Amino acid sequence: MTLYLLCLALFCVGLYGVLRKRNLVKIIIGLGIMEYAMNLFFILLAYRYHGRSPIEAQDQQILQMVDPLPQALVLTSIVIGLAVTALVISIAIRIYEKYGTFDITEIKRLRG
Amino acid sequence: MMNDPKIGMSLIVKTVTRLTVGLILLFGIYIVLHGHLSPGGGFAGGVIIALSFVHLMLAFGKDVALKKLSKNLASNLESIAALMFLSIALFGFFGGAFFSNIINKGVPFQLFSAGTIPLSNLAISLKVGVGLFAIFLALVILEESKRK
Amino acid sequence: MELHLLLLFMIVGALIAVEAKDLLSSVVAVGAVGFALCLAFLILKAPDLAITQLVVEILCLIILIRATLRKDLPLVIKGRWFFNTLGTLAFIAVFLFFAHTALQELPGFGHPIMAVVKRYLQQGTAQTGAVNLVAAVILDFRAYDTLGEATVLFASVIGIMAVLRRPGRIK
Repeated sequence: MTLYLLCLALFCVGLYGVLRKRNLVKIIIGLGIMEYAMNLFFILLAYRYHGRSPIEAQDQQILQMVDPLPQALVLTSIVIGLAVTALVISIAIRIYEKYGTFDITEIKRLRG
Repeated sequence: MMNDPKIGMSLIVKTVTRLTVGLILLFGIYIVLHGHLSPGGGFAGGVIIALSFVHLMLAFGKDVALKKLSKNLASNLESIAALMFLSIALFGFFGGAFFSNIINKGVPFQLFSAGTIPLSNLAISLKVGVGLFAIFLALVILEESKRK
Repeated sequence: MELHLLLLFMIVGALIAVEAKDLLSSVVAVGAVGFALCLAFLILKAPDLAITQLVVEILCLIILIRATLRKDLPLVIKGRWFFNTLGTLAFIAVFLFFAHTALQELPGFGHPIMAVVKRYLQQGTAQTGAVNLVAAVILDFRAYDTLGEATVLFASVIGIMAVLRRPGRIK
């Protein structure tokens, strides 16, 4: 229970960065932190006390394993997160080239 | 071109890179091929393969890395890998369903087992590795063209 | 206990990453958060995710550092600073309150439901031949997920190539 709340607090730190910062790179970092917190929340839900990692061993019968389904979902989510981060960074680089700044209020002012 | 002191990083970095980059690529291939037996699999192995080329590019400059894997080849390989994964999926229709695992399963704990899973791992690792390398290449080429 | 410490470390690192004045130090702080997440995956018995998170974090750091190098900008804070911060904090407080209410319904930490997965755990190796059950789930039982991931990655690469292409001639 405490772990879930700490994980949500990490999510809120990322949310604060997205909502409150005016630098584009800070906003991207906030998005990344939110993604970390979400991945960690899935894996926290999958953990089982005294469970072992979901890989069969050759000469022993493993009775208790942790849940492999959220791990499989998060495995794709991590790579997609990297691709999304790269896409957002490339858009930010283009914006910097055009306007000469990362500040979002300046970008809004210079439009048109 | 590889020993030009003007391009890339210093001599120490270049020597260490020349020694380690093959080992990194080999480790990536190992992770991919043993994806159904041990932790790892297509995603992690693909990113390690991409990192070996990125390492080469950071140490020696972009021309050396582009000689090993050009941009057009990277784009084509990514499309080929996507088609490979899709054709593995369509191949399952011979067994009755999309993504049906119809090849002989073999004995567990052997390298050649588990039917289509190692083939899918290979396709995904090729796709992820070449795709991430293409992303990094696009970023680097933009920086170079801006500096001129 | 070590998970609590790791999570506190991650929260402190995230606060530094959000609040640091220098862009490069904030990128390094977010890298520290990512490596702590890798350790947390290892403690939670997910070695596949730990390997993937480690290598993805390295590539992400390289891309972020290349993007922010020599592009520093002083952070100016002006305008309705107090009012905006107060509004954001109030929103986060409301979010945490409702999240706390919703968390009462979830199963406790360490006792997952595992209704769907029971079949995969019992028959996974026999049906697919793969020893690593995460690979069995990702490439056999639920391979549509991976197909969608491949599509998203393909679209992302095409998008980056389109955004970063050299500007053509203007007529």
